[in-house]
Amino acid sequence: MKQMTYAEAIRDAMRVEMLRDPNVYLQGEDVGKFGGCFGVTAGLFAEFGPGRIIDTPISETAIIGSAVGAAAAGLRPIAEIMFVDFTGVCMDELFNQAAKMRYMFGGKAKIPMVLRTPCGAGMSAAAQHSQSMEAWFTHIPGVKTVMPSTPADAKGLLSAAIRDDNPVVFIEHKQLFGLSGDVPEGEYVLPLGKADIKRTGSDITIVSWSWMVQKALAAAEILAKEGIQAEVLDPRTLVPLDKEAILQSVGKTNKLVIVQEAVQTSGFGGEISAIVAEHGFDLLDAPIKRVTAPDTPVPFSPVLEQAYLPSVEKIVAAVKSLF
Amino acid sequence: MELTKEKLLGFYETMMTIRAFESKAVALFAENKLPGFVHLYLGEEAVATGVCANLGTKDYITSTHRGHGHLIAKGGKVDLMMAELFGKATGYCKGKGGSMHIADVDLGILGANGIVGAGLPIAVGAAFASKYRKSDAVAVCFFGDAASNRGTFHESLNMASIWNLPVVFVCENNMYGISLCQRDHMNICDISDRASSYGIPGITVDGNDVIAVFEAASEAIKRARRGDGPSLIECKTWRQRGHFEGDPAIYKDPAEQQSWLEKDPLPRLAKRLIELKYATQTELDQIQASAAEQIEAAVKYAESSPLPALTDVLTDVYAG
Ligand SMILES: Cc1ncc(C[n+]2csc(CCOP(=O)(O)OP(=O)(O)O)c2C)c(N)n1
Ligand SMILES: [Mg+2]
Repeated sequence: MKQMTYAEAIRDAMRVEMLRDPNVYLQGEDVGKFGGCFGVTAGLFAEFGPGRIIDTPISETAIIGSAVGAAAAGLRPIAEIMFVDFTGVCMDELFNQAAKMRYMFGGKAKIPMVLRTPCGAGMSAAAQHSQSMEAWFTHIPGVKTVMPSTPADAKGLLSAAIRDDNPVVFIEHKQLFGLSGDVPEGEYVLPLGKADIKRTGSDITIVSWSWMVQKALAAAEILAKEGIQAEVLDPRTLVPLDKEAILQSVGKTNKLVIVQEAVQTSGFGGEISAIVAEHGFDLLDAPIKRVTAPDTPVPFSPVLEQAYLPSVEKIVAAVKSLF
Repeated sequence: MELTKEKLLGFYETMMTIRAFESKAVALFAENKLPGFVHLYLGEEAVATGVCANLGTKDYITSTHRGHGHLIAKGGKVDLMMAELFGKATGYCKGKGGSMHIADVDLGILGANGIVGAGLPIAVGAAFASKYRKSDAVAVCFFGDAASNRGTFHESLNMASIWNLPVVFVCENNMYGISLCQRDHMNICDISDRASSYGIPGITVDGNDVIAVFEAASEAIKRARRGDGPSLIECKTWRQRGHFEGDPAIYKDPAEQQSWLEKDPLPRLAKRLIELKYATQTELDQIQASAAEQIEAAVKYAESSPLPALTDVLTDVYAG
C-alpha cells in the first residue's frame, strides 16, 4: 500500500498498464509535456515518450474516432477528453461507432478503448465545464460507465477498464483529484460491476457514486450522532451495475436514498430507483428519495453553485424525512 | 473609412480599456477575488479593436473563452462585465455565466464560449439570418489558431462559402492552444491558407498592428456587407499571459516571449500616434489614466453589488 491522491492513482494505473502491455497508449489535449489540464498525466511523457503519450490537436471527434479505429485494429487506446462537457463533440464516435460496431458486425469486432474524462461542479467553472453527464453514457448499450470515488478504486477500476475488451467511459471527478488514500502498488485490478459498501449501517441505504460518496459519508457521520445508521453503497460502475448488492442492502435497511450530482430528470438515480421498485418493492418501508441537482445548467457564481449542488445538509434532511 | 486622428485615438482608447481591464483581472485573480477560470487577452488587444471598429450595433460577433477584449471592443460595458467576473447579481449574466459566458445580445454579442470552436457555426447562423432578412448586418467570428483544427471550423467555412453568407472569420493566431504550439498542432504556417479549400479569400496580417487589422477587416466586412460572401483573416499575435490565470506557461520559450513583448500592440500604436503628431505623450498618459479610472469604478461597482438570490438558480432555464 502507498498513499496516493486520486490523480496519482489514475496515473499509476496508466503507467502500470502501459508497462505491462505495449498496445496501451494515451492520447488527448495537453496530456504530454504539460501533464494534462489537471496534472493527471504528469511525468508519463518523460517516461514513455511522444510515441505513446500523444498530444492531439483540438479535435475531439478525431481523438475518439481514431481511438475507435486503433482499437478495432488491435491497440488499446486511452483517449482523454479534457472535460466531460466536451464529449458532445465526439458523441457519434462513441455512441454510433465504438458502442455498436461489435453488435452490428455480428460479434466480429472488439473495441477495447477507454475514454477518460473529468466531470463535476464545485470550482465555478460554469455551465460548460461542470456537468455530470453519466446518464448519457449509461443509455448506450455497448459502453461501460465507471465512476470511482476513492484513489484505490480509481486505480483498480481504470486498470480493469484498460484490460476490458469493450469501450469504457471512465469518469473522474475534479473535486477528487486531490483526495489521498491507501492504494495497492503494482498491478491492481478491480472487477467492473462490483459495488462497494463504503460504510455499513442498518437503518437506511444511501446509494451514491463519484464525489457524492464523500458527501454521503459525511452525512452518515452526522446521522450516526442522531442515532441513524446509514449504509453508504457505491456501485463504482454504473454499467455494469451491481443490482444484487443494492437490493441486498435495501433488504437489510428497508429504506433508500439515492444521491447524484447530476440533474434529476432522466438521471441514473431514476434507473436505480426503478430497479428497486421493480425488484425490491416489498423490501421498502418508505418511499425512495433522490437528492440531486435541480434541472438547470450549472451556475457560475459560487453562491449559486453551492445552492445548486447536493450537499451534506440536503442528504441529512432527505434521510431524516424518512424517519 | 479614413484613418483620421479621431479614429486612431479611438483605437488607442479601446486598446487601453482592454489592457486596463485585463491587468486589473490579473491582480484580482491573484487576490482570490475572481472565481473560476479567467483567460486573458493581454497582448491581443489590436485584433478585437481593429476588427470591431468596422462594426455597428446591428452586426454580430461570436467570441471565445478569451473574450473580454471582443466584448469591450464591441461596446460591452466594463462595469457589467466586471460584476459578472465577480459572480454578482448585477453582472451581464446575473452571475450565472462568469467570464467564459458573457453576452450582450442587444449589442450583437452572441456570447463568449466555453467550447472551443463553437462560435463558428453560430456566426454562420447569424449571417444566415441577416441574409434571410435582407439586412446588411454582418457576423464576425473570433476564434483561435487551435480552434481551426475542429470540425466546426471546416464545416462552417464550407457552409458559409456555398451559401455566400456575410460572415468574416477572424482567426487570432497566438501560436498556442494551451501548451501546444502551432507547429505541433497543424502542418501549415499560415492558417489563412485554409481559406483556399473553401474558395474564399484568406489573408494573414500582423495582429499586433491595429491599423493592419483594421484595414484587412474593413475590406472583408465591406465585401460581406455588399453580398460578396465570407472571408478568413488570420491575425498573428501573442498571448502574454498563461492560457488561464494560474498557468505559468513554462512551455513557452522566454526568448520568444521577450521578442513578442517588444511587439506589444499598445506601445506600437502610441509611437505611431506621436510620430503622426496626433497626440503627445501626456495626452496618451491621460488616456491610460482614464482607462484605469474607468476600470477602478467598474471594480467598485462589482464589489458593492449584491450577490444573486439563491432562487435565481431556478430561473432562466426556459423562455416564456
Ligand atoms: C471542444 C473543446 N475542447 C477543448 C477545450 C479546452 N480548451 C479551452 S481553450 C483551449 C485552447 C484554445 O486554443 P486557441 O483556439 O488557439 O485559443 P487561445 O486559447 O489560444 O486563445 C482548449 C484546448 C474546450 N474548451 N473545448
Ligand atoms: Mg491560440
